[in-house]
Amino acid sequence: MSTEQDKILEEVTKGEYKYGFYTDIEMDTLPKGLSEDVVREISKRKGEPEFMTEFRLEAYRNWLKMKTPEWAHLNIPEIDFQDIIYYAAPKSKPKLDSMDDVDPELKATFDKLGIPLEEQKQLAGVAVDAVMDSVSVKTTFKETLAEKGIIFCSISEAIREYPDLVKQYLGSVVPPNDNYFAALNSAVFSDGSFVYIPKGVRSPVELSTYFRINAMNTGQFERTLIVAEDDSYVSYLEGCTAPQRDENQLHAAIVEIVAMERAEVKYSTVQNWYPGDKNGKGGIYNFVTKRGLCKGDYSKISWTQVETGSAITWKYPSCVMMGDHSTGEFYSVALTNNHQQADTGTKMIHLGKNTKSLVVSKGISAGKSQNSYRGLVKVSKRAENARNFSQCDSLLLGDKCGAHTFPYLEINNNTAKVEHEATTSKIGEDQIFYCNQRGIDTEDAVGLIVNGYVKEVINKLPMEFAVEAQKLLEISLEGSVG
Amino acid sequence: MLSIKNLHAKIENKEILRGIDLKVKPGEVHAIMGPNGSGKSTLASVLAGNEMFEVNEGSVEFNGKDILEMAPEDRAREGLFLSFQYPVEIPGVSMVNFLRTSLNELRKYKGEDPLSASEFLKLMREKKNLVEIDSDLTNRSVNEGFSGGEKKKNEIFQMAMLEPKLSILDETDSGLDIDALRVVANGVNKLKRPDNATVLITHYQRLLEYIVPDFVHVLYHGRIVKTGGKELAHELEANGYDWIKKEFGDK
Repeated sequence: MSTEQDKILEEVTKGEYKYGFYTDIEMDTLPKGLSEDVVREISKRKGEPEFMTEFRLEAYRNWLKMKTPEWAHLNIPEIDFQDIIYYAAPKSKPKLDSMDDVDPELKATFDKLGIPLEEQKQLAGVAVDAVMDSVSVKTTFKETLAEKGIIFCSISEAIREYPDLVKQYLGSVVPPNDNYFAALNSAVFSDGSFVYIPKGVRSPVELSTYFRINAMNTGQFERTLIVAEDDSYVSYLEGCTAPQRDENQLHAAIVEIVAMERAEVKYSTVQNWYPGDKNGKGGIYNFVTKRGLCKGDYSKISWTQVETGSAITWKYPSCVMMGDHSTGEFYSVALTNNHQQADTGTKMIHLGKNTKSLVVSKGISAGKSQNSYRGLVKVSKRAENARNFSQCDSLLLGDKCGAHTFPYLEINNNTAKVEHEATTSKIGEDQIFYCNQRGIDTEDAVGLIVNGYVKEVINKLPMEFAVEAQKLLEISLEGSVG
Repeated sequence: MLSIKNLHAKIENKEILRGIDLKVKPGEVHAIMGPNGSGKSTLASVLAGNEMFEVNEGSVEFNGKDILEMAPEDRAREGLFLSFQYPVEIPGVSMVNFLRTSLNELRKYKGEDPLSASEFLKLMREKKNLVEIDSDLTNRSVNEGFSGGEKKKNEIFQMAMLEPKLSILDETDSGLDIDALRVVANGVNKLKRPDNATVLITHYQRLLEYIVPDFVHVLYHGRIVKTGGKELAHELEANGYDWIKKEFGDK
């Protein structure tokens, strides 16, 4: 029933949702547009050392020479980069004393999503531990982590407090000239997170940051850097939500991960940015470069993503397996509905010996959406005994949507073993009828079937995140069948 | 409990049911027999609300309510259960999750609170013992990788869990070996109560050696052409359907 979907969409995205996030916050913004002066001004306002200003300027100059990538199976409307505000920071943080101060309708939406109370507090702005429009307001668990020597702070703070670490690793995995959107991010990134796990330390908690695009017409350029030293472990969660806007909003983030010997990094994302309305109006453009470098031997980097949001998604979390015996993993659920377009997948680059990679991708297309998996497996000459297994499944709901799979293989070493499996299926009317006959209505039946389909990936998420992800999938699909 | 009057139904303009009349009272077991293509499975599908079929005439009352106007899930919530001839597989959805969702929907409809996980698992253990189902089956995804016999046993297990008022078993005996048949039949017999009823749809008399019907109906060309007691089934077994075809052939 589409009315039900409208209702939920409205609840999730309607005006009140902004309340307390948006209208009440006074913003410190730069005028629209991008130039060397703007880049310098961003760096200045953030009080950055000179090397950062230079880093940004070089990226900006590279960006000027580059073009938007056109190879993806996406229809990207032209973006006017001079019509975007590149710096917006809240002057004072919006702080509520308790959940009682939160708009009850907003709370009802959170309850519907099943977001745990602690996270509700974060989202609603009670003792905010979230990145809100570019400036990190506060960071969670800081003190407990500090005892173990773990650094978890905003990237701006890291640039000021730990310039040597930042200088050493920033741009080492995703160079400023890597691609068009990476160059743009490197020039203008506003804030993000920095994580440093010292040798032999296992992070006792899952590190989590919520990103929120809030102010009107502000492009969001997050930058995250995670460095895991020898024998360390960390699990990092990134969750995203954005209120409704009529105009499309650009988001171009970079996440870089470095894993040293025997280090393990798990990076999980649940992304439910505003996908636009039923007619394809509005929504976030999400152009993200995420890459992990398994630098040390026996290191492991694992990406898990559940993507239900954004009007356009262009995202390929990748692993470069440089160390011998290192492992890269990619687990993905990408759901598109209405007019959403997603071109997502991964790149697994095998450089070291005995490296292994695993790809499990589950695409779900509904409405008039287009959903593409694009994956590269590359085995270099000296990567003896590289192993890859890729499984790409597509599930179609209805007959107006599309699912596409674009696997690329570049194998330069004949000891490599690379396997690729792909399936495409439709939710059968017989499956739905079977559920109906057991008293389960069609919407719940679709939710049940879809959650069964994605279980392999959802199981990789931390518990609370998994529950939220399941609910999101159900909400995102409401009204798409029957 | 169930009252079918002059029911006509078609699929793609082909009329399959051509005026069915049937009354089922609580505590009764009815067998509907007939040659292939006579409309037996169509009747089951139409009663359960499968939208592939269009009802163009007649009425069906269940618990005094017109169910033809109800969505399939509401018919199920009213207590109508269909044991499918070909149960579908739902990969990745555990039996526990599926049945718990199902049972709690039925409870919600009746205004009852949902069962907690532990209450549910306890109930599941009881019913598993009752219908002699391997616990392995309930630890798997819905029908995924089940053999034909396992799928049918699983239908009976679901019936035991959901305690329907009216169970329609669509060719539940077809393709079963003798052991599976016995399990299915025992399950049905154990679940029989004065306040529920069963409609067995079958081609063969074999199942009726284990489940004794109160009435046997012969369906032919979309109509019930003959009704009798259990001896009618023996007659059909002995003489086949040819005499029915002769007697009630196209007029």
